[in-house]
Amino acid sequence: MMDQVLFYFFAGLAVLSGVLVVTVRNAVHSAVFLITSLLATAGLYLTLNAEFLFVVQIILYVGGIMVLFIFVIMLVNLDVALHQVQFNRQTWVAGLLSIVLLTELLAALALARSGGPGMQLLPAPAATAASLGGNTEQIGMLLFQNYVIPFELASILLLVALVGAVVMGKKRI
Amino acid sequence: MQAVLQFLNANMWPLIDALVIVGVFPLMAGYVVLLERKVMADMQARLGPMRVGPHGLLQPLADALKLMIKEDIIPESADRIIFWMAPVLSVTAGMLAFAAIPIGPGFLIANMNVGLLFILAVSSMGIFGIVLGGWASNSHYSLLGALRSSAQLVSYEVAVGMAMVSGLLLAGTLSMKDIVAAQAEKGMWFAFVAPVGFVIYLIGSVAETNRAPFDLPEAESELVAGYMTEYSGFRWALYFLAEYSNMIVVASVATTLFLGGWMRPFASVHAFDFLDFVPVLFMLGVTGYCLYRIPKQTGWDQKFILAIFAGICFVIAAALGMVFAPPLAFLKVPVLGAFWFIAKVMGYVYVFLWVRFTFPRYRFDQLMRLGWHFLIPLSIVNVMGVATALVLHRQAGWSSWVAFPVLLVVTILLAFWLVRAGERRDQQAARSAA
Repeated sequence: MMDQVLFYFFAGLAVLSGVLVVTVRNAVHSAVFLITSLLATAGLYLTLNAEFLFVVQIILYVGGIMVLFIFVIMLVNLDVALHQVQFNRQTWVAGLLSIVLLTELLAALALARSGGPGMQLLPAPAATAASLGGNTEQIGMLLFQNYVIPFELASILLLVALVGAVVMGKKRI
Repeated sequence: MQAVLQFLNANMWPLIDALVIVGVFPLMAGYVVLLERKVMADMQARLGPMRVGPHGLLQPLADALKLMIKEDIIPESADRIIFWMAPVLSVTAGMLAFAAIPIGPGFLIANMNVGLLFILAVSSMGIFGIVLGGWASNSHYSLLGALRSSAQLVSYEVAVGMAMVSGLLLAGTLSMKDIVAAQAEKGMWFAFVAPVGFVIYLIGSVAETNRAPFDLPEAESELVAGYMTEYSGFRWALYFLAEYSNMIVVASVATTLFLGGWMRPFASVHAFDFLDFVPVLFMLGVTGYCLYRIPKQTGWDQKFILAIFAGICFVIAAALGMVFAPPLAFLKVPVLGAFWFIAKVMGYVYVFLWVRFTFPRYRFDQLMRLGWHFLIPLSIVNVMGVATALVLHRQAGWSSWVAFPVLLVVTILLAFWLVRAGERRDQQAARSAA
């Protein structure tokens, strides 16, 4: 009961603020709605007993990336952007595409529920948080044992990006 | 209705803890402000607030009343909703972090297994209160203060996080309760095992709470009051509350991670068991001092108020003493633990005050250079040093009395080298500029 209430609350909040991110004209306001949306997603992780993911989502996206976003938005002159006429004329195309996507998702869900060929809902994981131990350890084990190479590759990629940014940003190193 | 009652019943103690914290904390913040003014006065050979109540003891209440009935001004071209929301966001983030802080083994709202990360996450959200408030005020001073604040926070968060990692490696867990348990098992506070990490955390936490000498976001001589220039009345009070709650949160994290949490000093040595009586004796001493000062007050009202304070102190002393009675022995660890925890937090806050009145304010580029060129490299070296020492101790079988000091010396030598390299770079830059 409580779980369902929380799920619909967080999911509704995430979707609503996601819509507001793209419809609101003021860039700072839409950044605030993006924060709300990210926090609601973090709340969804929490209802799935994924505390580590919840915390990392907040630290990285909300506490790190969004701070930088807002930092940049505040430096840009907002008044100019507010008075510009929006030039995209793709509202209808976008609306049509989202309706197609929605039908597709609903159809997939309906097919899976009816148990069509090759279409079954995955069985819900029976394990609870208590039987798994801390999921911080679980994620650590997975990252550093099963997925060491992808993990290291991703960090090298980030390092290269970082060095590249510095090289491009500085005239003389 | 039934579900709500069931929920309340199952979570009674955490809810009561939360209510106590939310109720008591603003009062405590008020008295930390009084403490700050008194310490500042003492260091500058003044008396500090003396008018409201004996020795200014009622000053926090008077200030709170004043701030609440003051006119609340919103600038005309401000973004009203965000202007309204920002201080609330700041204070919420500050207070939410208390959910994971163990004030003694029995006084903990939520024992999460990601407790430390939760505190880090929640307190990183407090920055939005500052940034959005500064932007919404539509004032250049506020905006500059907000920009400085976010730049400072993003820079120092890395060093502080790395300093925490050195403590976490030793504890092997993220749960605040288990971190203290790990220190009890080791028989030593982590501040002594990883002193470099502790010092980095100390410096970084001063910067993260925007306190002098790193209080650039609200530097009076440059930015009026920084991000809160346009705020007045109760909203301003909320920002103030948020600042002090952040201070107490970082002090609590330092206490838990590096200073042994709720354990008394020398918790594992039975020869020091007499230290259990220190809390009672301390509170009795405060009571005695209040009684001693009563005849020196002018006017019966001042005498009466001081007598009330003496009474409160005596009640606390009696409550602390009661746990030595055999039927209440089960309360001994939680109650004395809470006393030691709060004492350590206050000691850490005292260091904050001391630093504030000792050092002149940094320039912004100096602040950034200290963060990026010194603290971050040093904290990375420190993490590697602690990890190496742990491997040598656990895998290679070195004694921990050898492994940790050796790696500590290496880390400190590297720190000196970093300082030297920085100085040389500065000289080179100065020469090429000339």
